[in-house]
Amino acid sequence: MATSAVSRAGGRETRDSVVIRFAGDSGDGMQVTGSQFTLETALAGSDFSTFPDFPAEIRAPTGTTFGVSAFQIHFGGTDVMTPGDSVDVLVAMNPAALTVEMSDLKVGGTVIVDTDAFNERNLKKAGYAKNPLEDDSLARYQVLKFDITKLTADAVKPHGLSSREAHLCRNMWALGLLLWMYGHERTATIEWLQRKFAKKPVIAAANIAALNAGHAFGETAEMTEHMVGYVVPKAAVQAGRYRTVSGTEGLAWGLVAGMRAAGIEKMVFAGYPITPASALLHTLANLRAYGVVTFQAEDEIAASGAALGASYAGALGVTSSSGPGIALKTEMLGLAIATELPLIVIDSQRAGPSTGMPTKAEQSDLFQAVHGRNADAPLAVLAPTSTADCFDIAIEAVRLATKFMTPVIVLSDGYLAHAAEPWRIPHEAELPRFPVTYRTDPEGFHPFLRDPETLARPWVKPGTPRLEHRIGGLERDYDSGHISYDPDNHARMTKARADKIAGIANDIPLQTVSLGDDHGKLAVVGWGSTFGAIHQAVKIARDEGRDVAHIHVRYLSPFPRNLGDLLKRYDRVLVPEMNNGQLVKLLRAEYLVDAEGFSKVTGKPFRVTDIVQRIRGGAPPPSEGSGLGGEAG
Amino acid sequence: MTVTTITDAQLAPKDYASDQEVRWCPGCGDYAILKAVQKACADMGLVRERTVFVSGIGCAARFPYYMSTYGFHTVHGRAPAIATGVKLANPDLDVWVMTGDGDGLSIGGNHMLHVLRRNVDLNIILFNNEIYGLTKGQYSPTSRRGTRSPSTPLGSIENPVSACAFALGAGARFVARSIDTLQAHLISTLKRAHAHHGASFVEILQNCVVFNDAVFENITGKEVAPDAQVLVEHGKPLLFGKNKEKGLRLKPGKLELEIIPAAPDVLVHDETNRPLAQLLAALEPPFPVAMGVLYCNPATSYEREVVVETGGSLDALLNSERTWEVVP
Repeated sequence: MATSAVSRAGGRETRDSVVIRFAGDSGDGMQVTGSQFTLETALAGSDFSTFPDFPAEIRAPTGTTFGVSAFQIHFGGTDVMTPGDSVDVLVAMNPAALTVEMSDLKVGGTVIVDTDAFNERNLKKAGYAKNPLEDDSLARYQVLKFDITKLTADAVKPHGLSSREAHLCRNMWALGLLLWMYGHERTATIEWLQRKFAKKPVIAAANIAALNAGHAFGETAEMTEHMVGYVVPKAAVQAGRYRTVSGTEGLAWGLVAGMRAAGIEKMVFAGYPITPASALLHTLANLRAYGVVTFQAEDEIAASGAALGASYAGALGVTSSSGPGIALKTEMLGLAIATELPLIVIDSQRAGPSTGMPTKAEQSDLFQAVHGRNADAPLAVLAPTSTADCFDIAIEAVRLATKFMTPVIVLSDGYLAHAAEPWRIPHEAELPRFPVTYRTDPEGFHPFLRDPETLARPWVKPGTPRLEHRIGGLERDYDSGHISYDPDNHARMTKARADKIAGIANDIPLQTVSLGDDHGKLAVVGWGSTFGAIHQAVKIARDEGRDVAHIHVRYLSPFPRNLGDLLKRYDRVLVPEMNNGQLVKLLRAEYLVDAEGFSKVTGKPFRVTDIVQRIRGGAPPPSEGSGLGGEAG
Repeated sequence: MTVTTITDAQLAPKDYASDQEVRWCPGCGDYAILKAVQKACADMGLVRERTVFVSGIGCAARFPYYMSTYGFHTVHGRAPAIATGVKLANPDLDVWVMTGDGDGLSIGGNHMLHVLRRNVDLNIILFNNEIYGLTKGQYSPTSRRGTRSPSTPLGSIENPVSACAFALGAGARFVARSIDTLQAHLISTLKRAHAHHGASFVEILQNCVVFNDAVFENITGKEVAPDAQVLVEHGKPLLFGKNKEKGLRLKPGKLELEIIPAAPDVLVHDETNRPLAQLLAALEPPFPVAMGVLYCNPATSYEREVVVETGGSLDALLNSERTWEVVP
C-alpha cells in the first residue's frame, strides 16, 4: 500500500510510504544490503516491515534466475504492517534479478540497474533474447541505468583491490545511492563495515568508499540527470527505546525472558541444522551468559530427546526445527505428553511436503502440531502474529509448559524467522513473573499426583531426597504413578490428559477482535504471520464501508473458550491461510461453523490485495469449488 | 570433577531395589545383572537421590523400574540422547544408561555412536543377548549369521556387529565386557566403569532363556570357559586356560594376535592402548573372548566443557546492538 501524497519538501518529494526491493545474485550481498538499509530506515524514525527472499542454493551458478536473492523493505509513516504488495523501486543487479522480480513492480515504478551486468552472457542466462534496456520493454517504468560495476571500481581503485574484490563492493554503492534517495544517514552502515571488516581494514575502507560514492552520485545526479530525492515521514509511535527485531531474535530473547520469569536457572536448547530454523540455534549459541546451553545433536530425534531429558532434570528443555524435523520429533513429543514434562518446540514452518521448498514460508504444519502423533496425544499450540510477538509468545509458551507440565509447540514460519520490524524494547522489570515450584515435600507424594486446578503433575528435580521415582512411556496408574495396564485406568488417564490441555483455555485471554465489530457480516480469521496482510485488507474493506472484522487466533490448541460463540455472531467466516485449508477445518470441526477457506500456497506471504479482492468478491468463484481449496502455484 | 563426592555407606544392596515386582522371565540373565548393579551401588555407597537410571525400550529397559533411585524409561534407542540432556541440565547427577543390543546398536545405534564420541559422563550398560526378546525372538544386530528366528526362518544372512569394537570405533574412552553369570567380575567391572569419568561402555553377555537360550554356552559354559575366555587386567599378561598355560602375543611381523604356550613374551595388557583394545575386542572363537576392561583412557567429559553462566542482564541483552529513542 505504498501510495503517496506528493509534495516537494526542501528539493525532495514526500512519500507516505515506499517499497524497495534489492535483487541480485545470491553472492551479491543483497541480504546484507537490505539489512543495512533497514537499520538506517529504523534510525531515521520510519516504521517498516521487511521480507528477505533467498534461494535454497547457497551460491547458485552466477547469473541464473534460480540464484536470485531479494530483500524487500516497506517503510513509511503509518500503518506499515506488511512488506508491501507491489514494489516502488527495484534494484536489479543483473538481468536474472530483473526478469524474476519485475512482475511485482508498479507501473511507473523505478528500476535501477547495473548496465555492466547486462552483457550477452548474463542476458542469455536470464532468458532474454534481446537486451531489455535497449528496447521498449521497460517503457512503462522509470529506468535508471548506471554502470555500477565501473563506478564502484573507480571508487575503490585507491585501495588496490583485485577486480573480484572490487566487484563485491557493488552492493554498497547501490546502498549508498538508495540511502541518498530517501535522505537516510550512512553512519550506522559505516560503523558496521568497520566492525565487520575489523581485521581487513582495506576491505572496510573500500566498501565505505563505494558506499560514499553511491551517495555522492545521487547528489550529483540530482542536478545532472534529474534524479529525485524523497522524504518519508517519521512514524508516530509510542515513546520508548526501540530496536529492530527478527522473529528469530524475538523467540530467542523471549525464551530467555520466559526462563527468567519462571525462575528456572538453565535452558537446554537442543537443535539440529535445518533451514529455516537453524538461525535460532545460532542466536541462542551466543547467550551462554544468560543460562543457555545449546546442544547441536546428531539428529532431530536426539535434539528432542536431549531437550526432554533436560526438562526431566529440572531445566527448561527447548528444541526447534522445521516441518520435516518436527516429524522426527513426534515420538519424543508422545513421551513428553505421557510423562507430562514441560517442553518447548519451535517449528519454523516451510513449504512442503517432505523437503518441499526449504527457504519458502508456509503455514502447513498446523495439523501436524495439533494432531500429528500416535494415539490421543493432546498438547498446546501457539502461533506468533509478528516478529515482535515472537518475544511475547515465547514467554507465554514457557508459562504454559511449566504451569501445565506439557509440551508446547510454537508455530513460527520461514517468513517470521527472517523478517524484521521495529520493536519497543521492554524492561525486564515490566515482564510477567510466574515462578515454578519444584516439589520437595515427600509427604503424600507420587509422580502423577495432580494439582486439582490445573491437573498438572509435580515437577521434581532428580537430586531431591526422598522423592526418588520412576516415570516412562508405559501407562501409569492414576493414583500411584506405577505401571498399569488396567482398562478403566487407561480411560481415566486419557481423559485426564485431554482435560488438562482443554483446561488451558481457562488460563489464556479470551479471543479478541483485532479490527471491527464483534458481530456482523464477515469475519476474516487468520493465524500466525498473516496478521499484517489480513489487518490491512480488512482496514481497506472497512474504509470502503464493508462490514468486516479481523480476528487473529494466537492460541490454536486449545482455542480460547469464547472463540466458537464469537464466530457464530458473523454471517460468514473467511479463513485465509498459507496452506491448503487447515485452520478452517479445525474451526469447522470444533464449532460446526460454515467457515470458508482461502488458501495461498506459493511459498510467498499473502499480499494485501489478495485478501481485499477476496473480501470484495463475496462468494468464491466456481473454479475454487467449495472454497476450501485455493490458489495454488 | 568427580560425580559422586557424597556417598551413602549405610545402604545395603536391597536398599537400591524399588518396591516393584520384577517381571523378567524366570531364569533371565537380567536378574543377575540387577543383583550385580545393586551390589555395586551399595559397595560404592551411591546416593539414591542423585542417581538416575535412563533406559530405552526392550527387556533391559525395564531396569529403572526395579531401582529405588530416579528412573526414566524412555523411547526405543533414545536413552543416550535423553541422558545427555539430563547431564547438560545437571552435570552433578550420576546417570546410567541401561540398554540392549537392539535398543543400543540397531534403532539407537546413531545415538550410541555420538554419545561415545562426545564422551558424555554416563555409565552405559549394554545387555547383549543377541536377540529381540520383548518382541518375541527376532534376530538382532548382534545375532550370529545363521540365527534362526521368526523373521529369519532360513537363518540370518547378516553379519553381526561387535558391541565393543563398535564402541571403540566410535571413540569410547572406556570399554569393558563381562557376563551376567560372572558376578564378582561383573560387579568389579561396573565399579570400574563408574569410577571412569566420561562415557563408560560395558557390554554384558546376557542369556535369554526363552528365545536364545545357551547362545553363549560356547564361551560361558563351565567346561569351556577357561579356554574360551581371557580375563584381561591392566599390567598383567594375557594368559588363559585351566592352568593359565596359554597366552596371547602379537604374531611376529603381523598386526594380529596369536595363541602361544605361556612364555615370557606373552603380551601384557595395557588398557590405555587403543590398538590393543581393538584387537582384543575383535577376538572370537576359536580365540578366547576378552573379558574385563579392554580400554580405559580418560579425558575431560563433554558436559564439563560446556560453558554456561547465569545472571546476565536481560535488559543489557535486549539493548545490545543498535537502538534508538522515540521521544513523546
